[in-house]
Amino acid sequence: MQILDRRLNPSGRSLPNRQRFLRRAKALVQDAVRDASAKRGIRSADAGGEVTIPLHGIREPTFHHGDGGIRDHVLPGNKEYRAGDEIARPPSGGGGGGSEGSPDGTGEDEFRFVLSREEFLDLFLDDLELPEMAKRRLVEGTDPAWHRAGYAVSGSPANLSLARTMRNSLSRRIALRRPKPEEAEALREEIERLEADGDPANRLPALRLELERLTRRTQRIPYIDPVDVRYRRFEPVPRPVAQAVMFCLMDVSGSMTEDMKDLAKRFYVLLYLFLQRRYKHVELVFIRHTHEAAEVDEETFFHSRETGGTLVSTALEEMRRVVADRYSPADWNIYAAQASDGDNASGDSQRTARLLTEEILPACQYYAYIEVGRDGEHGMPGFPRGPTDLWRTYETLVAMGAPMAMKKVRHRREIFPVFRELFQKQPAGGEGARA
Amino acid sequence: MTTTIMGAKTREPLYTGAEWDFSTLQRINDACEEVALGELGLSIYPNRIEVISAEQMLDAYASVGLPLFYRHWSFGKHFAHHEALYRKGLRGLAYEIVINSDPCVSYVMEENTATLQALVIAHAAFGHNHFFRNNRLFLDWTDAKGILDYLEFAKAYVQRAEEKYGEAAVERLLDSAHALMNYGVHRQRRRALDLRSEEKRERERREHDERVYDVLWSTLPNKPAAASSSTEDDKRRALLQLPQENILYFLEKTAPRLQPWQREILRIVRNIAQYFHPQRQTKVMNEGCATYVHHRILNRLHDDGRISDGALLEALHSHTSVVMQPDFDDPRYGGINPYALGFAMMEDIERVCRAPTEEDRTWFPDFAGSGDPMPVLRDAWSEYRDESFVLQFLSPRLMRKLRLFQVTDDAAEPVLRVDAVHDEQGYRHVRRALARTYDPAWTDPDIQVVDVDLGGDRKLILEHRTDAGRLLQEGEARQVLRHLASLWGYDVLLREVDPSNGAVLREHAVSPPG
Repeated sequence: MQILDRRLNPSGRSLPNRQRFLRRAKALVQDAVRDASAKRGIRSADAGGEVTIPLHGIREPTFHHGDGGIRDHVLPGNKEYRAGDEIARPPSGGGGGGSEGSPDGTGEDEFRFVLSREEFLDLFLDDLELPEMAKRRLVEGTDPAWHRAGYAVSGSPANLSLARTMRNSLSRRIALRRPKPEEAEALREEIERLEADGDPANRLPALRLELERLTRRTQRIPYIDPVDVRYRRFEPVPRPVAQAVMFCLMDVSGSMTEDMKDLAKRFYVLLYLFLQRRYKHVELVFIRHTHEAAEVDEETFFHSRETGGTLVSTALEEMRRVVADRYSPADWNIYAAQASDGDNASGDSQRTARLLTEEILPACQYYAYIEVGRDGEHGMPGFPRGPTDLWRTYETLVAMGAPMAMKKVRHRREIFPVFRELFQKQPAGGEGARA
Repeated sequence: MTTTIMGAKTREPLYTGAEWDFSTLQRINDACEEVALGELGLSIYPNRIEVISAEQMLDAYASVGLPLFYRHWSFGKHFAHHEALYRKGLRGLAYEIVINSDPCVSYVMEENTATLQALVIAHAAFGHNHFFRNNRLFLDWTDAKGILDYLEFAKAYVQRAEEKYGEAAVERLLDSAHALMNYGVHRQRRRALDLRSEEKRERERREHDERVYDVLWSTLPNKPAAASSSTEDDKRRALLQLPQENILYFLEKTAPRLQPWQREILRIVRNIAQYFHPQRQTKVMNEGCATYVHHRILNRLHDDGRISDGALLEALHSHTSVVMQPDFDDPRYGGINPYALGFAMMEDIERVCRAPTEEDRTWFPDFAGSGDPMPVLRDAWSEYRDESFVLQFLSPRLMRKLRLFQVTDDAAEPVLRVDAVHDEQGYRHVRRALARTYDPAWTDPDIQVVDVDLGGDRKLILEHRTDAGRLLQEGEARQVLRHLASLWGYDVLLREVDPSNGAVLREHAVSPPG
């Protein structure tokens, strides 16, 4: 009898099979993931979770009997039947209870399973990518990483390479013929033996001389010499900047309803998740504005109400200040997403446009403007509504080639398509308008 | 029961509480072994017990209980499914998985309590182990010594094929082979599987091919096909070993367009299918045997004072939930539970041996009142499969206890009809009907390769000899045929015929993709 502990074997042995399965069912799973994410709350948007896909796409067919013909069932638990009784056929044709159901419940039309957070996001954000410009900046940044690079004769004790040092020591000792301790020991024993037993051949003086020679030589040639010592050497290797900051700008004046804020929030969550997958470290800055702007925490940002007019430029000014204070564009990838219902004081457009083109856009990797509206607003008969002030302002900027994106969102279900549209992989060279 | 005997028999408890370590497992195993080999007279393969985590258990589930299986997406699918059920708490994990190998490998989960480990060891390492070691089907059809090495070889071979020919090609091939897996077994005895020589055979075949390879031969124009005459048809069929029920075997040997590596993978799938074939036919007996054995062993350990009352109750709790048989009108009903039926029959045999009634003496004159049930049980475990076991040993008393009745479902009639119940007129009828549900020849459609026109358009012709008017489920049958056509490389035709008059009831014709 043998008892083996297999718990330490690498776990996740089934991972390759799982990846194969997900790849196989990719289209189905992707649809399911998007469905599932539409139903979820904002906070749990990035958790993994159970998804359900139709079974037909991943069925493993076998030959088996279909309906029809004559079949027998032997069933336990008879209560009242006697031979010759007739039973009304159960509606679903199962022939008296489940004996036709295939094992594992795979006879159902749906297949349920759980995706991990990573898998969920992978599928969720698959085929999206950061705009071309961001990549270029990514590679430029330098934040050195230390890599091993051979050995050095000097260094800190922590980096001492014992193996290499001992190797050098050994070869030096061999080359210089440092006497081995065993040799001296054997000689000493021989001398002691001769001293005790007498020395008929008179070998003692010669042996003593030899022992003295060995001892002297041992002392002269050290076991480890400073020339043996080696240290592991490290070299700085430049590494792309892997940190990003995301600015959330939002109009919180009275005209923004909770629904609109919720729409904006959904967009921010998506952007945040997306950035998190590309950068190790993502910071968030929340700036809200009415006629004046302030940097606030997340809770205040989404939930407290303010009253006042609307001056978009104040938010941009605040952002410029925060960037100058804390996030040097040389070290940080800066993303900004602005949400607003499109209102702006009429005198502010000029200033907004100027701030954006001269200060904000050059520092940003990406700037997205989301105009949120009430559900059904655009379709209201008799009240055609033209483009808002802010939309018009930004439209002229984009027309002039400013690197920003703008979209209108009126309903929750539009958030994801809009987001996808903004970050869809561009076919090569399809970037003309923005260059 | 006198105090002296109790004193002599009561020994140190094997463990206390739920905690265990490896020396506990060793003690439990030794104690079980003493009972199993002594009192029960079992003979087993050497045991190997491997402790694994819950995740590894799920892993093992997913690949049909085999620890080192080749990679395929379908195992990932099963894993995902089991995992979802497990996480939701809908289904617990099996406490163990045991492999028919020599040495016999049992996987036990680290989460189990000490009592569960005792239950599992008694159940798997002795019950199943004895069954694997002695049952005729397993001895004839599986190679317990070679299976672990063969799995290793199969896994490596599939992986090499993936590297060489691409994952997509291998996946397509395995998809097709899996669809036909149930038709990859020889049902009549040929020769015992010798898995150890498989790897050697494959290597030699390849080396031979490489040695005799001559590029000149490949430049010869193909010979014009010889005209086939109808007089040669029978000879040709005989040469192709037609009709052939082992479709995968036929494809491996005959399919004109398969590469050697594809044939080898078909062979792997076929060998694995053959290895599992006995398990499909002995579910009731195998589980019944293991459950009976663990029941006997644990009760003996308790009688000897080696496990506490609490531990026995805990074991009984697991035991009873395993052998629970819901009635047919219970929402939990999902067919006859093989553990329940198997265990009930083993216990019933024990009762007939020890305290038979008059009825038992007429039904089982051979062993009623023989005293010791073990010789009868050991003989049953080695010489029967589910179908014959039920047919031979299901007693009227047990049929009454389970209140078994038989219903005929004729699609042509508006109602179901109760043909027999657990009474004097019905016993034999019910028993025969129940036995038949364990006979693969009845439950699996009988499909064979009957002909192939090698001289002409190479169409492969299969026949489904229908039974009681049951036709194939059409949608899936077509999917399987598409897989078959992609392996065969040419058109495939499946005829569903009525064997009584040869009338063709339905035909499915499928062309290979592309």
